[in-house]
Amino acid sequence: MQLSVELSLNRGEFVSIFGESGVGKTTILRVLAGLCEPDEGYIEVDGKTWFDSKKGVNLPPQKRGIGFVFQDYALFPNMTVEENLRFALKKGESEEVVDELMDLVELRALAKRLPSELSGGQRQRVAVARALVQRPSLLLLDEPLSALDHTMRSKLQEELSKLHERFSLTTLLVSHDPSEIFRLCSRVVRIEQGRVVKDGTPSELFIKERIGSSFKFVGEVLEIDRCDMLYTLTVAVGGQIVKVVASKSEREGLRVGSRIQIVSKSFNPMILKIDS
Amino acid sequence: MLLTFKLALVTTLILLLIGIPLAYYLAYTRSKLKPVIETIVSMPLVLPPTVLGFYLLMAFSGENAFGRFCEEVLGFRLVFTFEGLVLGSVIFSLPFMVQPIQAGLQSLPGSLIEAAQMLGKTKPQILFRVLLPNIKPSLLTGIVLTFAHTVGEFGVVLMIGGNIPGETRVASIAIYDEVEALNYATANDYALVLFLVTFSILLLVYIVNRSFLKRV
Repeated sequence: MQLSVELSLNRGEFVSIFGESGVGKTTILRVLAGLCEPDEGYIEVDGKTWFDSKKGVNLPPQKRGIGFVFQDYALFPNMTVEENLRFALKKGESEEVVDELMDLVELRALAKRLPSELSGGQRQRVAVARALVQRPSLLLLDEPLSALDHTMRSKLQEELSKLHERFSLTTLLVSHDPSEIFRLCSRVVRIEQGRVVKDGTPSELFIKERIGSSFKFVGEVLEIDRCDMLYTLTVAVGGQIVKVVASKSEREGLRVGSRIQIVSKSFNPMILKIDS
Repeated sequence: MLLTFKLALVTTLILLLIGIPLAYYLAYTRSKLKPVIETIVSMPLVLPPTVLGFYLLMAFSGENAFGRFCEEVLGFRLVFTFEGLVLGSVIFSLPFMVQPIQAGLQSLPGSLIEAAQMLGKTKPQILFRVLLPNIKPSLLTGIVLTFAHTVGEFGVVLMIGGNIPGETRVASIAIYDEVEALNYATANDYALVLFLVTFSILLLVYIVNRSFLKRV
């Protein structure tokens, strides 16, 4: 599959690259970072040419000054949290920024721990902090929160937002989670089959109908029970298991394992606050 | 006895200096030559020691270009000298140093190198501060195997060493000698010392390795 992308970012934007697995999202980040060389193309940042296949220009990743957070965090196992951050410093640079970042992401108490002694959420914070030590202007995040549970994700999403503001970053986030994108990004670029298919605000991309229309859920059938003239389907939707009633015609063609879409009017749902 | 360990030590140190760059190259190159170089490096594993010893003898001897070069230009003889043994052992123990290190490097996630690159680090910085510290067990394995293998070496040494006391008469040769002369008691002395020393070294190394692994 060929990846062919034309994209431009404005300073200060928080942009997301959205799409299914394997469609090329990570490759776009890697090409921008200089970790991967495209067959043909042109990358210009702030008036400086980073890559030009026609002229043979290819600035190595070391010189691009980008902060990159890998999906597996890539923390150096032989160094403590503090050492991982210090390693990011350039020669002769003051250690102030390391202390500042550790306080900002609440890592001070973990400073002397090794990555193997940290939880997923803690490692993620170290990875982000480390990427920011050199105060890059561009921050690239490759699905940084995908391995975390819901509560940790929310907390870290908030942190990312704060850091984006605090350091006046331009951030590019690869994500497949619409709610995350909604929360963090001002702009979403959707990639399908190796091409940009849509570029707009999160609302434009994810909300297809007018307000108050319907909830749509995609789920998998776990069980089909018969009850007189109706059927009860036990369905796994996201992280939840629900039971829905289906008519004979709705049940037709379904078996355990079928993927279904459940559509429900959202006009008057029950809204309950969750205490934080 | 001392000679044996001196040989092993010198060989190991030289191989550490040569082995790390070679292992690094093999671990990360995408060159088409890679299988060829890997084969050359691995040859001493399967080649009968006397075959290697024979070719080294031919190469080192004063009759040949290489041997003559060493004698006339560099000023030292390779046959029947300690220096010759060192060169022979370095060639012969090469895979024992290179392969563990190469395997160790290849087992590290590629994202570690990339993360260091994104932080602006140069290749040497990455090698010494990120890669090598994370393959300490592999380095240790390489060192121990090389050392032990050199101590035990017999075939190659016999061919190019010449059994000269104080110069090329290492323990393995000495033992063989004493057995030939029917001095079983002396042979046993040498053999026992060799056995105990190498056993202790290996034991120490495994204990250290284990406590390192516990920490990580």
